[in-house]
Amino acid sequence: MNTVTDSRLRRAGSLEKSPRLSQWLRLECDGTVSVFSGKVEIGQGILTALAQIAAEELGVTLERVRMVAADTSLSPDEGVTSGSLSIQDSGAALRRACAHARALLLERAAERLGVPLGVLEVEDGTVRAVGRSTSYWECSDERLFDRNVEEDASLSGLPRGRRVVGVSSPRRDLPDKIAGRPRFVQDLVLPRMLHGRVIRPPHGFAGLDALDDAKANAIPGVVAIVRDGGFVGVLAEREDAAIAAQRALRSAASWRAAPPLPQDIHSWLKENAVDHRVISEKSDAEAKSREARTLAASYSKPYLSHASIGPSCALAQFEGDKLTVWSHSQGIFNLRHDLAMTLGMPEEAVIVRHAEGAGCYGHNGADDVALDAALLARAAGNRPVRVQWMRDDEFGWAPCGPAMALELRAALDSRGNVVAWQHDLWSNGHSSRPGRSDQPALLAAWHLAKPHDRPPAINMPLPAGAADRNAIPLYDFPNQRVVNHYVREMPLRTSALRSLGAYANVFAIESFMSELALAAGADPVAYRLLHLSDPRARTVIEAVSRRADWSAWRPREGHGHGIGFARYKNLGAYCAAVAEVEVGHEVRVNRLTLAVDVGLVINPDGVRNQIEGGAIQSTSWTLKEQVRLGERGIASLGWEDYPILKFSEVPAVEIELIDRPELPAVGAGEAAQGPTAAAIANAVENALGVRVRDLPLSPERIITAIERQ
Amino acid sequence: MSERFRLTVNGAESTVEADPDTPLLYALRNDLALKGTRFGCGTGQCGACFVLVDGHAVPACDTPLWSVAGKSITTVEGLGAPGALHPIQQAFLAEQAAQCGYCTSGILISAAALLARNPTPTESEVRAAFDRNLCRCGSHNRMVRAVLRVAAGDRT
Repeated sequence: MNTVTDSRLRRAGSLEKSPRLSQWLRLECDGTVSVFSGKVEIGQGILTALAQIAAEELGVTLERVRMVAADTSLSPDEGVTSGSLSIQDSGAALRRACAHARALLLERAAERLGVPLGVLEVEDGTVRAVGRSTSYWECSDERLFDRNVEEDASLSGLPRGRRVVGVSSPRRDLPDKIAGRPRFVQDLVLPRMLHGRVIRPPHGFAGLDALDDAKANAIPGVVAIVRDGGFVGVLAEREDAAIAAQRALRSAASWRAAPPLPQDIHSWLKENAVDHRVISEKSDAEAKSREARTLAASYSKPYLSHASIGPSCALAQFEGDKLTVWSHSQGIFNLRHDLAMTLGMPEEAVIVRHAEGAGCYGHNGADDVALDAALLARAAGNRPVRVQWMRDDEFGWAPCGPAMALELRAALDSRGNVVAWQHDLWSNGHSSRPGRSDQPALLAAWHLAKPHDRPPAINMPLPAGAADRNAIPLYDFPNQRVVNHYVREMPLRTSALRSLGAYANVFAIESFMSELALAAGADPVAYRLLHLSDPRARTVIEAVSRRADWSAWRPREGHGHGIGFARYKNLGAYCAAVAEVEVGHEVRVNRLTLAVDVGLVINPDGVRNQIEGGAIQSTSWTLKEQVRLGERGIASLGWEDYPILKFSEVPAVEIELIDRPELPAVGAGEAAQGPTAAAIANAVENALGVRVRDLPLSPERIITAIERQ
Repeated sequence: MSERFRLTVNGAESTVEADPDTPLLYALRNDLALKGTRFGCGTGQCGACFVLVDGHAVPACDTPLWSVAGKSITTVEGLGAPGALHPIQQAFLAEQAAQCGYCTSGILISAAALLARNPTPTESEVRAAFDRNLCRCGSHNRMVRAVLRVAAGDRT
């Protein structure tokens, strides 16, 4: 491992890639500060948190900070807004950039006022000393920030009193969204804009045989039917006409039959792994010699849909040989790269501007629809084109969160303590995002007359990992072996879904820990603590069991409680969850209690919102969700086939935040998913005396588990 | 064939020229530039496009233009008095009751319809009323609290 040396050389967060101070902020003549971040708002409140960090370090009020929407022609390239990394990447960079900016401005102010630095007082960008004053805006010029960010010099010696960071500032985007003002990419209107829709087969893509476009062409307002190989789209003056034409073309297209899908996907994954990587191995012969008995269990997770409420949307416009795209992509620079590759254009000729979309929860159709819009815009002269996917486009064609199979095995000593642990997982890769392959990772690129190859989904390396994210337990097991079995062939296209493999790995590890506790005759909370030395881990488990009154639980018929724990990626936020459930003909989660440690808390209400949202979404995944496989494609194409948790099914959620102002701030968006799933599964076992190891914990699964008993 | 429709939207008369089967959603968003009503599913199953038609919350994606001629339509933009937010919108802000905000307009419409017929709903009545709306981010409990805040008369 060479990470220690590396971390000394590396600059903080995204400064590594974008070291110039001028890339991060600019003082405007209207008395505001423009702050540039490559991270984007996806409903997680990141622009509010980043504005707080900037305001804090600069010494200005939040109102003066203007967060500039990410744009490939303006913003630092910060890769993808994913993996709960925005606070670490962008926050760390902005913190240092703004602190350095402040130091430079104060130096200028001291000169201007003819006083030593030490006597200056700053309030909201006004600098005062000995009865005179100046301001940041008077002290800056174009060249002041034209230099590299100095990290150490800038952070030292600046007086601190946290006033903006650590406060629950209201979200800056919510007034628009609650008033119903246009805010989303879906709401953008450009002059002379055309509406586009794309036609895809009702099963996997294998090629277009024939297309009769007469009916669609006859619809008033249809401007063009665009065809390039198996890519078919329509352009119309009105959106409703584009949709009507899409419908007409769907019934007039004959598609080559796609190959059949494996129906038992978990067995199929186990049979088709091509790479078997041991990612953790520990051995201790003495401990092994105390082995008294072994237990084993298999778990599974189905394909999940991102299931955004707002289907993906993009706008595109050619002006001469330049293309501008408006997109809610999580990675606008990577999208630009793959758009340019597909269209055979130089990257400099493409600008991607971020505009907010509905919550995406990972890699959904956002990038794909941007290429759809660009391909249709190419046929629209210089008129802009807006494309929004329909509901079934999104369910049928956006990447899915991968299905996973897991096998766990443990050896216990005579007292029931774990002396050996084995974890095997089988999965496709968890990322097929754009910008990471020599082939474009954009749907339409694979269907053109000159098609590109579809790149396989890959896994990012550990320690963060992807399929194997959180597969290495945080517990102190003397013998341990964890193996990631990678499956390259993809029956369904898979990519990143919030928390990647952590959801299934934590579900399996934490289910198994409770199974072992039961076998050892131990309390599940005490059993975890017995195997866990990390003090922050112990603290969240103790905090959640206290808050949930774990030890005061009284067993009742059909009721159960359970616990789950993880540190996200083994690097990020610590989170422990307790679920209380009631099982009748289906599982009802009555209450979730979570304790979370994200280090320094930038915005307490923002963290709570993310943890609560993550826990509720995980409850939905865990109880209800699975992509249904038809013979040759996805069969769950609407909400009736892919139900999610309803308001009346949402549990009460309580959150205990453990603030650690002395520790670095980490993200909160993906900490709760794994622990919540395991807590619910453990609570179901506690209620029924029956273990359900295959997700989702649907009524059918529970009946099957009871019958099998 | 296109026809002219006279619609009453947010108290104002307007005219839309479109096919009678055009869903109200597209007339609102594209002809009348009221973007607060949003497309979610096109089949009335998610609630993102809810508007009030004569006081009832209905999906605009599934409501043909011909069926609303002469009726009173209220969109999220028209919930409050001119220049002011409706109390339920103020309560959503106070509770920070959203994440991505895409489902928010439709849920505000459901809330307004509920409060108009039952100014003091219980928590389970609020949840039952919201079961026609989907939220994916997990902001459900905050939204329920916002309605209860209005019901309690606390409009801060």
